Amino acid sequence: MPIRRRHFSAALAASTAAALLPAMRPAAAQFRVEISGIGATQLPLALPRFRDEERSGEQISTIVRADLERSGVFRIVDSSGVLDERSQPRFAEWRERAADALVAGSVSRLADGRFDVRYKLWDVLKSEERAGQSLAVPAADLRLAAHRIADTVQETLTGVAGVNATRIAYVSRAVGRYTLRITDADGEGGQVALASPQPIISPAWSPDGRQLAYVSFETGKAVVMVQDVGSGERRSVASFRGSNSAPAWSPDGRRLAVTLSRDGPSQIYLIDLDGGNPRRLTSSNAIDTEAVFSPDGQSLYFVSDRGGAPQVYRMPAAGGAAERVTFGGGYNISPALSPDGRRLAYITRNSGFRLMVMPLDGSAPPLALTDTSDDQSPSFAPNGRLLIYASRGGGGESLMTTTVDGSIRTRLQSTGVDVREPAWGPAKR
Amino acid sequence: MKMATRTSSLAALVAAVVLAGCGSTVKLDETPVETRTPTAVSASARGAAGAAAGGTAAGAGAQSQVATVDLNRSAAGGAAGGSAAGAAGSAGAASLLGRVVYFDFDSFVVKDDYRALIENHARQLAANKSRRMVIEGHADERGGAEYNLALGQKRAEAVSKSLQLLGATESQLEAVSFGKERPAVEGNDEAAMARNRRAELKDR
Repeated sequence: MPIRRRHFSAALAASTAAALLPAMRPAAAQFRVEISGIGATQLPLALPRFRDEERSGEQISTIVRADLERSGVFRIVDSSGVLDERSQPRFAEWRERAADALVAGSVSRLADGRFDVRYKLWDVLKSEERAGQSLAVPAADLRLAAHRIADTVQETLTGVAGVNATRIAYVSRAVGRYTLRITDADGEGGQVALASPQPIISPAWSPDGRQLAYVSFETGKAVVMVQDVGSGERRSVASFRGSNSAPAWSPDGRRLAVTLSRDGPSQIYLIDLDGGNPRRLTSSNAIDTEAVFSPDGQSLYFVSDRGGAPQVYRMPAAGGAAERVTFGGGYNISPALSPDGRRLAYITRNSGFRLMVMPLDGSAPPLALTDTSDDQSPSFAPNGRLLIYASRGGGGESLMTTTVDGSIRTRLQSTGVDVREPAWGPAKR
Repeated sequence: MKMATRTSSLAALVAAVVLAGCGSTVKLDETPVETRTPTAVSASARGAAGAAAGGTAAGAGAQSQVATVDLNRSAAGGAAGGSAAGAAGSAGAASLLGRVVYFDFDSFVVKDDYRALIENHARQLAANKSRRMVIEGHADERGGAEYNLALGQKRAEAVSKSLQLLGATESQLEAVSFGKERPAVEGNDEAAMARNRRAELKDR
């Protein structure tokens, strides 16, 4: 049950924040949330420092605050004060500070070395408790605990699932060094899954968030690999004659759709996870590639130039007649489906390459989401509200996120290396 | 009192907005962009954080743990080490000993300029059936990684077919693609991109 939100002009707030930021918060210059669009609503929320969080090595409350601010739905108000989840908040005081909601908590060490992160969420206007949790985690999962708190707060107050506890895979490229990286959705906590002197492309998360399929050129050609993220155990799933690429997981996680050229042209096949039983699904003399499953597993969307130029098509997941899905423009590639199966994101080429989204029921024309000219590799967040994609600007390639209406965008900038091929992980991990 | 505070802060807001309007060249209809710089957290740093907090097995059983596989340290990574070896030849010049075929934009046609090059390699393959060759197709940097991989594959297949028409057998040849991932030259002007739309013929 979403609580009442205060309305104000977000555009006004954005320019105000930009103007005041250098003077008020010099240390926070790197991190800036700006929202465009008159009439955007934001919920004012207070979130004091969690008691004893400094002993954990992670600034839990800072991470939660940043997550909530980045969502565009929350505005953090004056949060000074000392209280934790056991406190009885003086709601009148928090109302004075114009807070509609309040989160307070604590971090304590358990006998087994883990940390217990506890918090409560109150509706200040109604003077009532709305949520509370105890998360016992090892030190390496403290950031994850903070992201889970942000997700619970967001979902409780707005009814929309958060994606802060999800992960993003992407590839960075420096000279002769390719690195498959995994970060939290806020771009922090980066870890390396694979470092290689040869290119890596097309990472794809398994539905359970535990494995990554990707294309590696480490043997001198494109081979589809599957790697267990936690253990590093990896195996080649498709290494046939020619190129093996474009892995896409079936929703049940048991098969991959892949593009193989073993019979000549690049065609789409279904293959078991152990690499066995490859079945050819398309039989054109054209390029067929970049397959993705619909969330119900019934259909495959893919790119084909069978009509003379690359367009997105749809066919039954078992193969069969394909129907064309994209019509505008002469070059539409890299389809991505929203988790509810209703929207298609793709890249179109006109003067440059631009991220588009269209409803699949034809209720509206395709919408250009960006004003950049070299967008690549869109991938939906598991809540369907955001997309991540690669783009170019500021001298190199970077990752961007955008809301599905294009109103809020964020950039994840990496210094000195190009970053590309993002894949947003599932809600599970 | 409270009212007064709000009024004065509103005045500050208005002043700030005016200042922002004066000093900024950002168009109002542009979507502002947030910039973040990701910081890598190494396993040792995490361990240190855990240790600083008196933690023991900080990473054990953690859902956030990612195991790193580093191919730079193993021999396997060097398998395809020689990158763009044949690309040294000048674009368009189809010497008898050349090993690179260049393609027009969005094209897979092996141009007549390369007839002698193809004939030469086909003759050598036909004369020695134990010879093997891999043909690597490449694309320029424009467009998606996967579609470019398929384009490069199509170029490599075109060269492979040409060799087969002139006496090489299918089993002697493998057509593969690097898409846009391994450009012969960096740069995004047309001259650089023309050098990158290519197929390289390599002995194996």
